[in-house]
Amino acid sequence: MKSELLRFQDWTDPVRPVEREVVSMTEETDAKLPPLLFVPGLGHGAWAFAEHWLPATAARGFPAHALTPRPGGDLRAHAHDVVQVAASLPRQAVLVGHGAGALVVAYAMGRYPARAAVLAAPVMDGWPALGAALRANPFGTLPAIFGGRLRLNRKQLFGPGLPEERATAILDRLDARPRRELVTHAPAPRPAGDPPVLVVGSPDDRVVPRKSLDRTATRYGGAPLLFPGMGHDLPLDVAWAEPIEAILDWLGKELGH
Amino acid sequence: MPDTPDIADRRDAVCVIGAGASGLAAIKNLREHGFEVDCYERETSVGGAWNWRHDRSPVYAGTHLISSRPLTEFPDFPMPDTWPDYPDHRQVLSYLERYSRHFDLERDVWFGTQVVSVVPVGDGRWDVTTQSTGGGSSRVQRYAGVVVANGHNWAPLKPKIPGDFSGQLIHSAKFKDPAQLRKRKVLVIGGGNTGCDIAVEAAQQASTVWHSTRRGYWYAPKYVLGRPADQVNDRMLKLGLPLRLRQWLYRRALGLTTGDLTRYGVPEPDHRPYESHPIVNSQLPYYLGHGRITPVPDVTSLDGSFAVLADGRRIEPELVITATGYRPRFEFLAPELLDIGEDGRPDLHLHAFARQHPTLAVVGLVQADFGLFPLAHWQSVAVARWLRLRVTDPERATAVQQKESTRPLASWSRRRVVPTPRHWFEVDHTDYLRAVEGLLREMEPRP
Repeated sequence: MKSELLRFQDWTDPVRPVEREVVSMTEETDAKLPPLLFVPGLGHGAWAFAEHWLPATAARGFPAHALTPRPGGDLRAHAHDVVQVAASLPRQAVLVGHGAGALVVAYAMGRYPARAAVLAAPVMDGWPALGAALRANPFGTLPAIFGGRLRLNRKQLFGPGLPEERATAILDRLDARPRRELVTHAPAPRPAGDPPVLVVGSPDDRVVPRKSLDRTATRYGGAPLLFPGMGHDLPLDVAWAEPIEAILDWLGKELGH
Repeated sequence: MPDTPDIADRRDAVCVIGAGASGLAAIKNLREHGFEVDCYERETSVGGAWNWRHDRSPVYAGTHLISSRPLTEFPDFPMPDTWPDYPDHRQVLSYLERYSRHFDLERDVWFGTQVVSVVPVGDGRWDVTTQSTGGGSSRVQRYAGVVVANGHNWAPLKPKIPGDFSGQLIHSAKFKDPAQLRKRKVLVIGGGNTGCDIAVEAAQQASTVWHSTRRGYWYAPKYVLGRPADQVNDRMLKLGLPLRLRQWLYRRALGLTTGDLTRYGVPEPDHRPYESHPIVNSQLPYYLGHGRITPVPDVTSLDGSFAVLADGRRIEPELVITATGYRPRFEFLAPELLDIGEDGRPDLHLHAFARQHPTLAVVGLVQADFGLFPLAHWQSVAVARWLRLRVTDPERATAVQQKESTRPLASWSRRRVVPTPRHWFEVDHTDYLRAVEGLLREMEPRP
């Protein structure tokens, strides 16, 4: 069995420091509430949260931050970036990861005792996600298998309600270059400090199959909170308000407010 | 009627003594296992030994980490990755303060409060008597467990050197500022990391520097092969290189850099590499080579303004600094509770668990070729998990205790070390962490 205590890689090959992009909204928030740190998925950056979820979080009084993990970094470097930013916050942080960012959060939880964590439409099992992507968008996905760009399409990311123009604008902004690791990575480590974990998703997500969602939720001891009709891109889809409000409600309950 | 204070029963709460790195880790990890915690700290802020603002801190102006950052930070709260390989003591204190604030640990710390006595009252419970450091009445509270994290670097161990000295004689604990050395003739006694650091500091400040060591040590550089030396060493451990080969490589690495120090008059080491607490100092050989430090043997006596050396020489220092270390002290506990022998050393399972008292533990009483914080972290996780298991599944706890009693001492305690008073709690970090992990797995919560 691999040792959890002997961390030779951390000790002998530390991840190099980089300048990290962090977008923060902390004005008029309650410093006594734990800060939320959002981690975007493939192709997205902190901007994807800056649109809706950050202001919605700050409006409920929680200090809100979103991080763009280093471009070109591997899973280990990205988890390192999350832990570094979380540890730099004044209070124990709540980690919220979306898509492949949820996988990064799951890894970061092994190195940082989060106050709580939320895995939104988590891409945790690589193979089912790859299968689903090939079914929903074979021509956009195939090049990525050979190291090219992953072109996500509108049906994968959004429900039918999002206006065409808006969807195109977001799709144009994406720059997804998945690494092989996304499929081949080892299972996420055991979370430090045993934080409460919420899994949210949509049964109509064309990236994360429903079964995969259930499996992830079971692993963290719960059932997924579902938002039917939404696409994979929960933070940007037209009904973005529903999941974030539900997340903040759940968090309020967990914190005992 | 004598004035007997009321005993406040804190029920399942655990008492932590000391809010230094080890105490803070204990608070955090006990809390994560669902315990209420009261921590008593006699100083007015957190940080323990690293809290240079108080008198008992051993920290001096030039103190830097001896082990590099990745091997020193808490495993679940990294130091900023932009910090240098070897942060200085101010950074380390700010790190501990940030750790404390981040996890809101101070809300459970009673500052300026001294623990006067800790007495078992049966059934694994403890009466802890505390008193404000300013004096005043004492208070007794009853706890379900006690975690001692009072540190081992605050009570100076002063050597008894016969004779009277007319110059200034201080323990390294009282050395704070390089200005104390400026343009003086200084004798530094002690070949440990502190002694070497002060000798190097003196080489830059003092007019003359003698460095007295009783035995020869292996002085490792802080960097080899372009990396912090401890990281290179752990790379060899990761590859599973046997000790003999590592010892050979160690000698080769030194041979290629500083070479044989006996040519400056430094005694030859009487042990192999890895058989004492590592002395890491790149600058000592440098200043020996530049003649700024004169190595001398043991000081046998003091005679007026002179120090008499083992080889009969007499030198005339103005300032003598004894860097002869510290000793652990547990005055609030009856010695038999920790199985403290006549030599003053507690006998604890994994240097942490009291053998006769399952709800009494010590955190941070180890010394390793590694940072202390990660070891204190895992010790406190083990203590917290153990205390939790005793509550939730006493039968299994008994089974774990029996199993642990068969764990061979040699599997976690360093055997081949030089026989000096400061090496009894030396551990090899990989062996030690493996043993702690073994214990953690036995206590794994069942789903």
